[in-house]
This record gives sequence, structure tokens and C-alpha cells, in this order.
Amino acid sequence: MACEESRELLHAYLDGELDAPRAAEFERHLEGCAACVRALESQESLRSSLQRAQLYETTPPGLHAKIRSKLRDSVAPPSRRVFAWQLLAAAAALILAVGISWKIVPRFRSGTSTSLAESALAAELVDAHIRSLQPGHLTDVVSTDQHTVKPWFDGKIAFAPPVRDLAEEGFPLVGGRLDVLQGQTVAALVYGRRKHFISVFVWPERAGEAEQYTGTRNGYQWISWRQGELRLCAVSDTNRDDLVALKDFFSR
Amino acid sequence: MPHLRAAFNLARWLLRSRADAEDVAQEAYLRAFRFFPGFQGGDARAWLLQIVRNTCYTWLEKNRAMESPVEFAEEQFPSSGPSPEALAVTGSERERLSRALETLPARSREVLVLREMEGCSYKEIASITSIPIGTVMSTLSRARERLQELLAAPGRKETLRGL
Repeated sequence: MACEESRELLHAYLDGELDAPRAAEFERHLEGCAACVRALESQESLRSSLQRAQLYETTPPGLHAKIRSKLRDSVAPPSRRVFAWQLLAAAAALILAVGISWKIVPRFRSGTSTSLAESALAAELVDAHIRSLQPGHLTDVVSTDQHTVKPWFDGKIAFAPPVRDLAEEGFPLVGGRLDVLQGQTVAALVYGRRKHFISVFVWPERAGEAEQYTGTRNGYQWISWRQGELRLCAVSDTNRDDLVALKDFFSR
Repeated sequence: MPHLRAAFNLARWLLRSRADAEDVAQEAYLRAFRFFPGFQGGDARAWLLQIVRNTCYTWLEKNRAMESPVEFAEEQFPSSGPSPEALAVTGSERERLSRALETLPARSREVLVLREMEGCSYKEIASITSIPIGTVMSTLSRARERLQELLAAPGRKETLRGL
């Protein structure tokens, strides 16, 4: 490889844009060419100066709000109502679509946020809980005795759900059942709370799930947490404090 | 507002002004919402940055007729900034780099910003700027060489050139 060609490839090499054979060829040239080594070093040092200088511009704090308000203004005139709705729908869709691509790019993912996969799952959990409230669907095994409910799951699922007797704490055990969520069989424990039912779904923890997440959907609350190698998620129309208390009793 | 940080940063470096970048970023987002039905899916950041970039150029044409985005147009306004020699001896490292970057023509500046600050691949830069990948590579290499010349201290200039 001639120096001239090498200088052309230097930047692509620096940016990791050369394929493996070209990169190897470039490196072979470097071994015998001090001038190209110096050129590469000087480009590397330019890059680190640029990074050190932190030239990335900070976004003005009010810009976000300004764009929102402009967007509202631009959709306000009544004569353009149809257009306005289209614009609003487009705006919502844009935020959603960009949001999705945002979430699936791992480097942007923050540890505390609820991922989209988690909220999709949460929606399924709430639906499963609602379904179970239909007559005859609540439990497959009816028992207030944890020593009856726990063995019932044996052989039906590949893990042992933590069945707790919490009657004294105000959460009497009602029974258990099996549910299928996202193609996976999960255990559901049913507890009573005053006149409400709480489903506690249990499945083996999957990689990448947040430590704990909570949310609301159609008036149902859910709270999900990790317990050893298992993931638990309590769903109910009772208040959030009840679910937090139940979670605390479970993880004790 | 998704990708607002990246959008504002690109606009600021293309327009070399925070105030103008604020205006153009707002306009770009309104355009994005309007164009959204035409979005084919794919890389939303690249799509958005493309709109920001195009909005910047439209704005530049309208408001700064004197400023040409053509390669190495900095020769046309040499008096607008300090000389490379002055750059080398005054100000902090950050100021020096920032002013040197602003001296580059817009086309060079945008590829540098997308590559060094946004971490875009050549392919992403090509799709944002609508130029072929080969041109991305040559523009980037010229931009970096030029930046280095601008930053080289007067005494070291000859040595660097001699490399």
C-alpha cells in the first residue's frame, strides 16, 4: 500500500469504518511507515482534544416548552381543525415511534425507566388479572392453605412460586392458577384484600428487567419486583399502598 | 421532545449561534410533525437530523446570503475570525477548538459534528446529509486536516505540514 492510499484510509480506520482485510492491510503499512504512524497519532490526539473540550452544546432549558407551545399554536385555528387533528396525531405518532427507537437503543436506556417491553407485559398482566375475575376463572386450585397451593404447582411449571400465608397481615390466600403470558406459563397466586382480589404473577426472571417497576392501567395498579431468580408482579384494583405492603410481606 | 439535544447541537454548530439555533430547532420540529406521515420508518434520529440540517441550510440561504456552504468557503470571510496564529496563542483549549471548528465551511463542520459529537457512522452521516459515503469520508478527512492546520501553533506549523 502506498502512503497516498494509506492517508485516504487513515480516517476510515480511525472511525472503525474499514472492513477487516482493509484494516489489516492498513496496519501492515503502518508497521513500515513512521510518517503514517505519526499522522494517525496526530489525528488521534485531535480526536481526544475534541472530546476533552466538550463542545457538545447544552440545550436551552426552555426550548422543549417553546416547541410544545408552538405546536399547540399551529394546531389552534378552528378553520384548520381537521388538519390540526392530523397534526396532533402525527405528533403523537412521532413521539411514540421515536420513543420506541429510543428505547431499543441500549445506550440510551436508563436504569429507572420502565421499558416498553415491560409495559407491554404489564398490560398483559392486567388483562390476565381482569380475565381471572370472570366467574370461574379466578383459581384453578382453591385453598387458603399454602401447603395445598404450593404443591399444586408441582409438575405444572418448572419453578416453585413462593406461596406465603399472609392471612394475619390482612391478605388471605384464596388459591392459585396458571396463566400464559407472552407464550410462557406463569403461576398466579390469588390473595384477598377486603373486597378486592390481588393476583400475584410469578415467573423466572428474564435478563434485562428493571429491579422494580410500577404502573397503572384502566384503574388497575401493578407493582413488579425481583425476588431471587423469580420475577413477581402484583396486580389489583385495590390501592397502591396495599400492593406495596403485600410486596414487603413477600420479600421479607 | 425526542432527540432535541442532538437537534439543537447540530443547529448550533451549523448556524454558529445559539439564538439562531433555538429558532431553527423550533421550526425543524414543526416541520418534522408536518412531514411525519411521510416517515417511512427506520432510523428516527437520522430522519429528524436530516430535517434539522435542511432547515438550517434554508435559514442560512434566507438570512445570510453572504455565507456560502461550499467547500472551503472560509477563504471568503477570512477577516471574520482571528487568524490561525492568533487562535493558537489565545484563549482556552475549548475556545480555540470551538473557533477553529467555526472557521470550517458548513459542509465540513456538519460531518465533523455528526461524527465526533453525535458518534454517527458514515452511513448515518450519508443519510442525514444526502451525500454519498465516499464523499463523507473525503469531507471528513479534509475537515480534520484543516482543523489540525488551524490548531497548529505557528512554530509547529511547518513541521506538521511536513508530515
